This record gives sequence, C-alpha cells and structure tokens, in this order.
Amino acid sequence: MSDRQRPQSVPQRVPPLDEDGGTLPHPGPQIIMACHDCDLLHRLPAQATATLLCTRCGAVLSRRKPNSIERSLALTLTALVLFVLSNSFPFLAMKSGGFVQETTLLTGIRELWKQELHGLSGLVLFTCVLVPLAQMLGLLYILVPLQWGRRPAAHAARVFRLVQEVAPWGMMEVFMIGILVALVKLGHMATIVPGVSVFSFGALIFAMAAAFTSLDPPLLWDRLDLRQ
Amino acid sequence: MNETAATASQLGLVSCHDCSLLIEAEHAAAHPHCPRCGAHLHRRKPNSLARTWALVWAAIIFIVPANVLPMTVTTTLGAKQADTIMSGVIYFMQSGSWEIAAVIFIASIFVPFAKLLILIFLLLSVRFRSAWRPKDRTTLYRLTELVGRWSMVDIYVVTILVALVKLGAVAAIEAGPAAVYFAAVVVTTMFAAESFDPRLIWDVIEENV
Repeated sequence: MSDRQRPQSVPQRVPPLDEDGGTLPHPGPQIIMACHDCDLLHRLPAQATATLLCTRCGAVLSRRKPNSIERSLALTLTALVLFVLSNSFPFLAMKSGGFVQETTLLTGIRELWKQELHGLSGLVLFTCVLVPLAQMLGLLYILVPLQWGRRPAAHAARVFRLVQEVAPWGMMEVFMIGILVALVKLGHMATIVPGVSVFSFGALIFAMAAAFTSLDPPLLWDRLDLRQ
Repeated sequence: MNETAATASQLGLVSCHDCSLLIEAEHAAAHPHCPRCGAHLHRRKPNSLARTWALVWAAIIFIVPANVLPMTVTTTLGAKQADTIMSGVIYFMQSGSWEIAAVIFIASIFVPFAKLLILIFLLLSVRFRSAWRPKDRTTLYRLTELVGRWSMVDIYVVTILVALVKLGAVAAIEAGPAAVYFAAVVVTTMFAAESFDPRLIWDVIEENV
C-alpha cells in the first residue's frame, strides 16, 4: 500500500536538549527517534505517508497512515461488535448419534478448569478473551476523545503503553488456526458443524489487525503528551 | 553504513522502550520513569543476558516432558489412547491430512526448537563479542519475536477437543500432562525473546569501530 521510504539518519549533532526535564524539544514538524532494535537515531520526515525503515538494521520505525485516528477508531468499534458476537455463539457443534455438543470459547475454558487444568484454562482465557478485550477498550478510551477534539482522557498515555505491552499476548489469530485443526481432527470422528462464531471470529482477526496497523504511534504519543 | 550516524546511547540519550521519547541519560538515572508514558527507563534492558539465559534453560527443561508425555488422552468405548505431539503429527499424515500434519509439526516441534537454537546462538554471539553480520542477526531476532506465538496452536486445539468431545461413555478427550509443559515452553520462550536486547548486538560493533 504505502511506498517504502528511507528516513535520514541523524548526524552526530542533534538539536540542543531542553534545559528543564532534560528531554528533547517538542518534536514539531520533525520527530527524532532511536531505532528499537539497534539504537540508531533517525529524523523522521513530518508528513510522509510511508513505512519508514531503520537505515542500519531494517526495523520498522513507523508506519504513517492518513486519518489514522478515525480509521483505527472505526475498526476498533467493528472489532468490539464482532468480539461480542464471537463470544455469544458456539463456534463448533458436534453431532454423533443422538448427541449434539456445542462449544463457545467460554465453555471450552470452563471445561479445562473443571479438569483441574487451571493454569491452561487461565492462559486461554488471558490470551483469547482478556487481552483482546483490554486492547479494544484501551484503544477506545484513547481514541474517542481525540476523535472529537477533546483533551486526552486521564492516564491515556499509560493506557496506550499497556495496550502496546500486552499486544504479543493477544493470540486470537492463533486460536483461529486451532479451530481449523480441531475441525479436521474431529471430522474423522463425527459430523462437525461450524457455528456463527467461526465466521465472526475470522472477521474479528482482520478487524483487529487492521485497527492496529492503522495506528500511528508517534502521532498518538505526541497527542497524548500532557507535559506542557 | 553511514559513518556519521549516531546512536542514542553515544549521545548520552535513553530511548523510552514504550513511547520512543528520548531522554538525557543523567536525567533518566535520577528519575527512572518516562515523563510521557510512565514506563521504566533503561539504556539497555536490565540484565538482558542473564535473564534470557535463565528463561532459555527453563524452556529446555520443559521441552523434554512436553514432547515425551501425552498431550491428549482419548477414551473411545472404554479403550484409552494417549497421543504425544509427534504421534498426533504421524496420525494426521497417515490419515491423509498432510496440511494439518505440517501445521502441527511446524508450530509445535519446529518453531520451539528453532527458537531456542536461535536464542542460544544470539546469546553466544553477544557473549563472544561477535561482529558477524549484525543486520542478519537482528533480523533473526525479529523472527523469533514474531513467530513464537504460533506455537500456541496445539494448546488451543487441545482446549477445543477437550471442550467438545465429551459424549458420555462413547468418547471423551482429556488433556494430558504434556499440555501444561508445552504451554510452559511457549510462555518461557516468549519471555526469553522479550528479555533479549538486540541493541547488544550493535554495541559491540560500535565499540570496535
């Protein structure tokens, strides 16, 4: 989608540092950023719609998207609706003889708990329900005031930090592959009927991924900065 | 590579790990929290090598029972059958679903072992101050960070099977002890990748120049 562009690397001299607080002067039109993976400093161009890569190690420094706040807000709301759907309906039903057995995500977790596998059931609850839910609610909390031009909500910067920190632990897309594998595995034993949830889950994964890729962290951090 | 380029560390700056704000190192030492987002500040991740080694060793210990003990125990009409990860893969291959066999093999066997080997390699390369292909090693690191989560597939499959298959006396599937160990492998290797600091790869090279 966006063309890849190389940011300038920063020469030995960077603009003088602020007296109070010791932080760099407010970014203004240009943002200076150190690469997460190799620590090299870069000056990011202000208005480029592009993916900016580190000149030394190739890490992604930032992805610029037009209307990033509107876009991620819309996608987060979509994801939230799909999340409610996915957790309200069974994703698989199994028919064998006279039995019909339906499973939602939450009944699966409860079943593990009943089998004394508390750690596992907690892990599934955490990675497939709590983390994605926290991410969506966190993003709403940050984005809604910004969209309507209000002051950022209290502790919005901290909330955004937590949303980013828990991101590796949200594993809904992995769970989706799990559903597909289980579908094939059980297909040998009984008739398997995929439920509404499988489809809403599939859509949810794309909505979440899109919501996150349309975020523009440097822009958001700048808007959430309440130090002035 | 650009000769005049500088790193944050060389200019006495600390980059916030979470929001990328640059802060003077002296100021960061006095107030170790980011003024913008509140994250703990550090020039490099604290005790990165020791922590990563500890977690890697823990994962090596867990990976043995994860592969030897049964992952699921299936009861069909009173007959019990225990399946390990590998016997599950073989079952899928024999029953013709080689795609599923490949998914499980890659996610549950190949990825965890590859991830551990890569982490050990990176740790040793930093330990012996290697200057060999830093860019490729950084890419390797990003790969381990990205790919680790996919190992959870098998855990989810077990969850779904356990929840779905309880047809009274006809058939039931229970989670075996390996499920717990395997989940522990995935979680410890994820933490290990997170505690490794790829900037250590580059520090050596800057000191040598």
